This record gives sequence, C-alpha cells and structure tokens, in this order.
Amino acid sequence: MSLLTASGITKIYDNRKIIENISIHLEKGELVSVLGLSGSGKTTLFQCISGLIKPESGSITLNGEDIMGVPGKVSYMLQKDLLLPHKKIIDNVSLPLRLRHMKKAEARKNAGEYFKDFGLSGTEMQFPSQLSGGMRQRAALLRTYLSADRGVALLDEPFSALDQITKEAIHDWYLDVMDMIELSTLFITHDIDEAIMLSDRIYIMTGDPGTIRDEIIIEEKRPRDRDFGLSEEFLKYKRKIREILSEKD
Amino acid sequence: MTRRYPNITSKLPAAIAILLIIALWQGLTGSGLVPSYMMPTPVAVVTALVTQCPVILMHACVTLQEAFYGLLTGILLAGIIATAMIHIPVLERAIYPIMVITQTIPTIAIAPILVLWMGFGMAPKITLVVLTTFFPIAVGLLDGYRSVDRDYIDLMRSMGASNTEIFFHVRFPMALPGFFSGLKISASYAVVGAVVSEWLGGFEGLGVYMTRVRKAYAFDRMFAVIIFIVVISLLLMFGVKLLSRAVMPWMKDSKA
Repeated sequence: MSLLTASGITKIYDNRKIIENISIHLEKGELVSVLGLSGSGKTTLFQCISGLIKPESGSITLNGEDIMGVPGKVSYMLQKDLLLPHKKIIDNVSLPLRLRHMKKAEARKNAGEYFKDFGLSGTEMQFPSQLSGGMRQRAALLRTYLSADRGVALLDEPFSALDQITKEAIHDWYLDVMDMIELSTLFITHDIDEAIMLSDRIYIMTGDPGTIRDEIIIEEKRPRDRDFGLSEEFLKYKRKIREILSEKD
Repeated sequence: MTRRYPNITSKLPAAIAILLIIALWQGLTGSGLVPSYMMPTPVAVVTALVTQCPVILMHACVTLQEAFYGLLTGILLAGIIATAMIHIPVLERAIYPIMVITQTIPTIAIAPILVLWMGFGMAPKITLVVLTTFFPIAVGLLDGYRSVDRDYIDLMRSMGASNTEIFFHVRFPMALPGFFSGLKISASYAVVGAVVSEWLGGFEGLGVYMTRVRKAYAFDRMFAVIIFIVVISLLLMFGVKLLSRAVMPWMKDSKA
C-alpha cells in the first residue's frame, strides 16, 4: 500500500474543470515531482490533497485512511515562506505543535531541538524580517516538517523565489534533511532541471483541464552529483520532458 | 547612535520652520504692527502659561479624564464592532454605512444636544469623545483585518487550526498596525473632542476655561491654553507611538 494515494481526482470551479481524473501516489521516503506549465492545475491538485478544498470526485488516502476534505493531515508549504511576521522564528516553527495544544514552553523546546540540523542555530529569538530569504525558507521547511507528523510534505514551488546558487545549496540540504527525518515529499515545480535533480519520479501535468500526461522515473541514485546536471543522461531526461510538455492535446 | 543622527537632521526643517513662525509672530506683535488686544506676543503667552499653570492644570485634569475615558470606550467599542463585522459579513453591510454617517455629523452641532440629554457633567463629553475616536480606530482595525494575506489563512487551515486559533495567531496580530495607525489619529481627536464639548456647556475643563478667558478678552491666556492643548495632544500621539513599538517589536524598523 502506498503512503499517499490520490485517485481519479476531478475538481470543478465555476462550471470549469480545473483538473480531471488525476491519479498519483507517493511511497515512503520518495521525492516525487509534479511538473507542469503555469495554469495546469498543479496547485489545485495540492489544495485537494492538503484538504483545503474538496474535489468533486476521486479519493485521497494517507496510510489507507480517507483524508479527502480533511485539512491538517499532510503538511503544505507554498512558494512564499509565510512566516508570521509578528512571531519569533522559534514560535513560527513551533506553531504546528501549539495547534496540537502543546504548551508554549514545551513546543519551543521540542522545535528547538531541530534548529541545529536545519542550520538555524542562533535565529530562535529573531523575527522573520531579520533573516535572509534562504534562512526563512529553511525555517518554513522546519515548520512544514513539524506539522507533518505523518511524514508527508507537499511543497508548492518552495524554492522558486531563490537565486540559482542559494537554490542549489538548499536542494542539497533538503535532500539530506529529508533522509535524516524520513520525510516523503510531493513537490510542485515548473523548473525541469530542478525536477530531474531532486526527484525519484516525475509526473508531468499538462492541458486544460490538467491531466497527468506521463510519469518519468529518474534512475540515477540520490544524492546526485552536480555533474549529473551536465551529463548526457540528464539531457536525455530533459529532452524527453520538453517534448511531452510541448505536445498538443 | 547611527540612527540618532539622521533622526535629528530629518526633524531640523520642521524645527526651523516653527522657530521662524514664532520669530515672525514676535516681530509683528512686539513692534506694535498688530495691536496686543488682537494678538498677544509669544512672550506674553509664555508668561500667561507660567502664571496660570495651576489653574490650567486643574482644568486639564478634568479634560484629560474625559478624553481618557472616551478614548478607552472608543477603543473597546471599535475593537468589538470591527471584530464582529469581519466575522459576520451581514453585520458589516448593516453597520458600516451608519458608521460613516456618524462621522459626517458635525461635533459642534451634536455637543449641545448631548448636553441637553445628559446634563452638564462628564457623560456628554465622554460620549462626544467616543463618537470622534471610535471611527478611525474601527476603520484602521477593519483595514488591518482585511489586509491579511489569504495564504496565511490557508496555511493555518492546512495545519488544522480552528477559526479561533486563526484569529489569535494570525488575524489579530496582523491587524495591529492598522489599529495603531487609527489610534494615533484618535488620540489627537480625543483631547480636542473633550475641549469642544466643554465649550458648549459645563462647569470645568479646558474648554470652560477657554470660554471664560475669551469673554474676558484675555487672549494671552487663550493662546496659552491652545499651546497647552497642542502639547498634550502631541504627547498623547507620542505615547501611542511608544506603545505601538512596545506591543509590536517586529515593526521596529518600519515607520508605522
């Protein structure tokens, strides 16, 4: 049984089909990307999986439990870090624990244990505005992780606002952290290189309404060397994905 | 230290302008170009301020009490109504127009009516201060509530937060800057509102004192009270600024 399964998901807004009959799955420890052009309904799919909106048809299960329309089961992170500007980093990060009715001091203590591993030491008592973009994203990831008590994170273009160098550094770091904390990740991106570098599998989503056009398995073992990004194999994947994305319906 | 320097230079033009106006005032009145029964010299005003200090302070005590209770009630009322309005859209559609209408009623016109209804004591004064201070705070708070990015709410919901939790963790703290910008305006209105209502009926307070000295043609004292009120209002606004910094330490670097 897969860790997370969504099958036959269709979502309609104002009589318009946004996504149609989408089926994807995520296994434990996997990083799977959903790659697609803007407007292909990737975010709608994630909102369905996170329980923020309820699809018209289909089913979503986590460890076999039906979680359709139930928020708070899988954690969800957006492109914007969405750190609350009025809370110190430690309180931002420990917010998911507080929402599970943990006392403030205890939540702070629990969250504080991860600061070193997430490269956030020393930022506990700072406000988000005092941190760089990369650091804020790390803090947001730690919060996402702490809200993912069932080990599944949905990341909606989390790194797309970062510059190339920061992005590469945070990719390496994320893969390390993911292995360390046994997090399974479903990842939205429109960046083909990012998808190939990070993923075990890539779902390609196209069309209007959005459908899953293809599934690509990246054979290269993780963690991948930077040089993999310059290899012939990498380019083969990239060519194939570009072809699929540019195909007409 | 690095912050202090630009702060002084930024305030220098205003200080120079005020000094220039005082100098011009002294020049016009001191030279006899403007007769002293029409306009006292700045020196005469300061002298009156010093000699009348005990009387002014006694009246100020009353006015400040009215302003304080009025402002406090205004804050509470605005807080309750704005919070209710943001949670119950029908209420917003029903109340907002009434709120706007209350703002178009001239204070000068409503003050005597309030005196007629409530007598010469503190009640009509406090009511008038509530009427004038309520609106800026309510609007500031409403704007603050509305400015919260939808994504924060979605994020909180995705973490399983209830509406109450969303309010206390997100909506309310994020509306605070709006609340304080409203409060800053209301604080300056509060004293003026109390003085205006005292003008139109009462036994003590700065407004009553003003009508007395006006009738006695003691314009030096009149100006002394005006300056006193200006200083008090500025101090109140400064107090609000200090309070907002203490309550919102994350806004330290912004100019709100």
